[in-house]
Amino acid sequence: MKSDITFGQYVEGDSLIHRLDPRIKIIASFLYIVVIFLAKSASAFLLLTLSAVFFVLLTRIPPRMILRAMKPLLFIILFTAIINLFFMTGEHLLVQLGFIKIYREGIVNACLIVLRILLLIVATSVFLTYTTTPIALTDALEQLLAPLKKLHVPVHEFSMMMTIALRFIPTLIDETQKIINAQTARGADFTSGSLIQRGRALVPILIPLFISAFRRADELATAMECRCYTGGEGRTRMNTLHSEPKDWVFLCSIVLLGAAVVLLNRFLPLMTIQL
Amino acid sequence: MDIIKAEHLSFTYPGDEDTKPVQALKDVSFSIPEGSFTAVLGHNGSGKSTLAKLLCMIALPDSGRLWIAGREMTADDTTEEDILAARREVGMVFQNPDNQIVATIVEEDVAFGCENLGIPPKEIRRRVDEALAAVGMSEYARHPSYNLSGGQKQRVAIAGVIAMRRRCIIFDESTAMLDPMGRREVMDIIERLNREEGITVLIITHHMNEAARADRILVMNGGRIFADGTPAEVFGNPLRMWEAGLDVPQTTELCWKLRADGLDVPLDVFDADECARILAEKIGGRR
Amino acid sequence: MNAIELEHVNFTYNRNLPSAHRALDDISLEVKSGGITGLIGHTGSGKSTLVQLLNGLLKPESGTVRLDGIDIWAEPKKIREVRFKAGLVMQYPEYQLFAETVEEDIAFGPKNMGLSGEELDRRVREAAAFSGLGEDLLEKSPFDLSGGQKRRVALAGVIAMNPKILILDEPAAGLDPGGRRDILGGIKRFSRESGTTVLIVSHSMEDMAMYCDDVIVMAHSKILMHRPTAEVFSRAEELAAVGLDVPLITRVAAALQKNGVDIGLDVYTVDYAVGKLREYMSASRAPELP
Repeated sequence: MKSDITFGQYVEGDSLIHRLDPRIKIIASFLYIVVIFLAKSASAFLLLTLSAVFFVLLTRIPPRMILRAMKPLLFIILFTAIINLFFMTGEHLLVQLGFIKIYREGIVNACLIVLRILLLIVATSVFLTYTTTPIALTDALEQLLAPLKKLHVPVHEFSMMMTIALRFIPTLIDETQKIINAQTARGADFTSGSLIQRGRALVPILIPLFISAFRRADELATAMECRCYTGGEGRTRMNTLHSEPKDWVFLCSIVLLGAAVVLLNRFLPLMTIQL
Repeated sequence: MDIIKAEHLSFTYPGDEDTKPVQALKDVSFSIPEGSFTAVLGHNGSGKSTLAKLLCMIALPDSGRLWIAGREMTADDTTEEDILAARREVGMVFQNPDNQIVATIVEEDVAFGCENLGIPPKEIRRRVDEALAAVGMSEYARHPSYNLSGGQKQRVAIAGVIAMRRRCIIFDESTAMLDPMGRREVMDIIERLNREEGITVLIITHHMNEAARADRILVMNGGRIFADGTPAEVFGNPLRMWEAGLDVPQTTELCWKLRADGLDVPLDVFDADECARILAEKIGGRR
Repeated sequence: MNAIELEHVNFTYNRNLPSAHRALDDISLEVKSGGITGLIGHTGSGKSTLVQLLNGLLKPESGTVRLDGIDIWAEPKKIREVRFKAGLVMQYPEYQLFAETVEEDIAFGPKNMGLSGEELDRRVREAAAFSGLGEDLLEKSPFDLSGGQKRRVALAGVIAMNPKILILDEPAAGLDPGGRRDILGGIKRFSRESGTTVLIVSHSMEDMAMYCDDVIVMAHSKILMHRPTAEVFSRAEELAAVGLDVPLITRVAAALQKNGVDIGLDVYTVDYAVGKLREYMSASRAPELP
C-alpha cells in the first residue's frame, strides 16, 4: 500500500529502458508524443504501433501490466470512439438506423483515435511511470529546468517540495490509519448516516492529522536548518545524472522514427486520414 | 578547548492570554570540552529540551552568553554566517526519526547535509559510503527509509551527521521513541563515535542507564543545573536524584539500601556481573 | 470467569499477496477477570496485532476471540459494542486529541455510545478524576496542556466509556520516571477500584515487574509463555534469547547465584532483592554466633 504510492506505478527492473538517463526519457517521451500527432497515414500508424510493441518488449514488463494501466481510461477511450463513430460524416454511408448514420470515415476515425490514445498511454507509461521512480523524475526535472533558475523560476524549491512530499506520503498514510483506528476504538462511525453526518465524523480524524502534519513540518524545518540547508544556492548533488552514448542513441532513434513517420505520410501513406 | 560554552543562560517562554509565561532556564552555565561524552539528565519540563533548542540555535536566550565552536552566538554582531559556521561543527540528532529524514532513499538522505555544504559529488559519495558503514547501514543504502525500524532510522540520521564531519553531535532524546533493541543499537554507536572517532558527544535524555555510560552527567531540575559530576558522583546520592524526579540504576539503589545494613558496597557499579561479584565478596557466598 | 479468551487465532497481513506476513500464529490464550496482565514482546512479535484483534479493529483469519465468554464476531454488525466493552488506548494517544476542550474530548467516546446529559457529565468527571486530571483543566483546550496531561486526557477518553477491559499500548512510552509512575500507578489504582481487567502492552520489563500480576510473552507471532510475573522473570535467559531486556536487578540475582549467593532467580524489584539479601545475610551469620 505504502510502496504503491511512493513508487507510483514503477515496476522494478533492469532493462535498457530502466537504465536510461531519466532526463533523456522525459525528452524522448515528449518527442514521441509529438511524433504520434504527426502521424497522418495508415502506414505511419502501423510503424508507430510496431515501435510501441517493440518498446514494451524492451522494458521486459509483462504486457498485461501495461494493459492494466489503460483500464481507468477505458471510459474516455470508449466515449471518444463512440462520438467519432456516430457523429463523423463522410462520403461512404454504411448503415442508417433512423437518425443514426454510420459512415466508413467514422469507423476509421474512431479506430485511429483509440489507437492514438493507446499509443500515448504506452509512451508515457513505458518511458516514464513504469520504468522511472518519481524520485528520479523529480531530480531529472530539476536538472532539465535548471536554466529557468536564471529567470527566477523557483526550480529548486519546487523539486525540494516534491522530494519532501514523496518522503512524507507514506508517513502520513500510516498516521491517518492510526488515527482512524484510535477514533474507531472510541466508537466513531464513518460509514453510516447522512452525508453531513459522515462529513462531521471526519473532524476527529482531520484535526489530529493537520496538527501532526504541522508539527512534523516544524520539526523537519528545524532538522533541515541544523543540517545547514539554506536553499538551492551553492548546493551540490551526490547523484548527478550522466548521459551515456546509449541515451543519445535512444534519443536519435525517436527522432528517426519521427522522420520515418513524416516520410511515410508523404510517400507511402496507403491511406491518408483526416483527423 | 571547549566546543560549547554557556554562561548564565536564561530563557522564558512568553505566555499568551491563556497561559502564564514559563521560565524554562535559570542562569545555566557549563562548558563542554572537546572530545568529552556528557549526558544532560532531567525529567520532562526540567529545562533540558529548552537547552537543546538554544544549542541548535532555533531560539536565542533572553540573557547570558553562548559560544559554539569558538564563535559567540549571542553577541550583537552575530550573523547568519556565524550560525551557519557553528552548525558546520555541531550537529543534532532529534527525537522523532520520522521528522528529520528528508529524502526517501537512505543514501540520498545521508548525502543531504553534504550537498548543502557544496561538497563535490565524488567526495559526497565517499563520505556517504563511509558514514553508512560506520553505523552499519551499508546494505540499506538504496532502500526507502519508511520500511526501516526506528533504531535503523536513527542510525541513518546519525550517518547524515557523520558524513558532514562534525566535531560535536548533540542527541536530543534520540532514543526516547525507540524500543529496547533500537535504543541499544543507537547507544552503542554513540559511544563508539566518542571513544573511537573522538567526536564530542552530548546526549539529552531521561534514561539514567544511558546517562550512566557518559563520562559526566549534568542533572537539570527546575530550569537549573541541579548536579554536575561523574556518574558515580551523581548517582552516589540517590536521595538527591529522587528529589529531581529521576531514578538511579538498580545496582546503585540496591547497594545504597544495603549500606544501611553496614555493608561497604560501592555506588558506582552499573554492571550486573560486577555488582554481583562485589556483593558476593562482601557477603561471602556459600558454595 | 475469563475476561479474554482466544482460541486458535491466526492473522496474516496482506493475505493473498506476495508480501503476506503472518502476524499471529495459532494463538490460544486466557486472561482472568480483574487483574493487570502485561503483554511483552520485541517489535514485530505480534503484540500490536493481538491488541487490535481484541478490540475488533482487525478480524481474525481463523479462530475465535471471546470477551466475557461472548464471541465478538458472532454478530459482525454489533462490533461497535465490542469496542465499547474493550477500551483501547493506542500508543502516543495524545496525538489523537481533537476537541476544543478537554471535557469535549473525553466525552467523544461516551457520546458515540449514545450517552447524554447527567450520565455523560458524571462519566466525564469520574474518568478525569481517575486519570489524575483536575476539574480546572476540563474547560481548557487539550492543545494547551503538557505532554503528560494530554496523555491523561486520552486515557480518560477511554475510561469514560466504562470498558470492562482496558487495553493500553505502551501507555508510558516517552515519559520520564516520574511520569511513568504517575500514569501506571493511576492505571493500577483504577483497576483495583473499578475491578476492570487491564492489559498493558510494553517494552519495559521494569514496568511489567512493578505493575502486572501476570505476563504474556510473545515472540515470532506465538505466545512464548503466560505466567505469574515472578515466574516469568525467573526465566530471564529465555527472555533475553528473544531480544527482551531483563531488569538489571534480575541479572544481578542471576550473577549472584553464579557467585555462590543464591537468593533465587525470581527477583524483579530492588526492594525484594534487598529483603532476600538481608535474609541471606542473617542466615549465614547465624551459625557464627557463639
